[in-house]
Amino acid sequence: MLQYLIFSAILFAIGLSGLFINRKNIIVLLMSIEIILLAANTNLVIFAKYWGDITGQAFVFFVMTVAAAEAAIGLALVVLVFRDKQTINIQDLDQLKG
Amino acid sequence: MEYAFFLIFAAVALIAAAMVILSRNPVRAVLFLILCFFATAATWLMLNAEFLAITLVLVYVGAVMVLFLFVVMMLDIDFAILRAKLTRWSPIGLALAIAVFALIAEIIEKDQIAFGQHGDELSKIAETGNAAKLGEIVFTNYLLQFELAGILLLVAIIAAIVLIYRGPRSRKLQSIPKQIAADPKTRVHLVSGD
Repeated sequence: MLQYLIFSAILFAIGLSGLFINRKNIIVLLMSIEIILLAANTNLVIFAKYWGDITGQAFVFFVMTVAAAEAAIGLALVVLVFRDKQTINIQDLDQLKG
Repeated sequence: MEYAFFLIFAAVALIAAAMVILSRNPVRAVLFLILCFFATAATWLMLNAEFLAITLVLVYVGAVMVLFLFVVMMLDIDFAILRAKLTRWSPIGLALAIAVFALIAEIIEKDQIAFGQHGDELSKIAETGNAAKLGEIVFTNYLLQFELAGILLLVAIIAAIVLIYRGPRSRKLQSIPKQIAADPKTRVHLVSGD
């Protein structure tokens, strides 16, 4: 079991560092978020097996629903931003004041 | 044997995930993410989550990642700019990732936990069918949440369409308000001739 937990922890760390390392492309940022969600889902699956309770898997089911909706709307927003600014480089998107 | 398979799939998943964040080409990053999902689905199979493993492949790889691929290919991105060096934030990111991993590893190490301490129900379920058991609990205990998830997906569909919709552009329609608001002075240029 330990190896599975370590695996999902490393996956989470990779996703988290992806948010910081890759500050150029919004789409790669969204993909890092997908990796983080995958790590969280893996943890839920691991503990569902640990407790012998399928409720954890039901929760993963719902998390995947939300993740799919998030990806669809996130990509729609990326397309909008690209249409408006002709770029998805995060460092160019700095009009927000404050 | 199972441990060896786990090591192979975990290694593939982790290397693919690392390549996702390190590769400069977004198309390649999406393809590596698909590989990562496939390998993780294989590890989920070993964790008695058969239905979720198939769902991960069908829903994520089949739908979400295809959507990603479409958007990446559709946007006319100048890869040369994106291919620039790493940002000055990357050391902070790496340090944060290592710190979070160390934190999680510390917690895991403290609790000596192993599969089978609380029974091995899910392996027994696997004989009758993981999807049947999952459906049983989703459609009884979590029926409300299930229907809310359906509404959420509907809202997401509508939101995505509304965000992207640009209206009928190709048709040549008469715009009456625009015609009424037209100013004659901007339409006719009088040329003074003498």
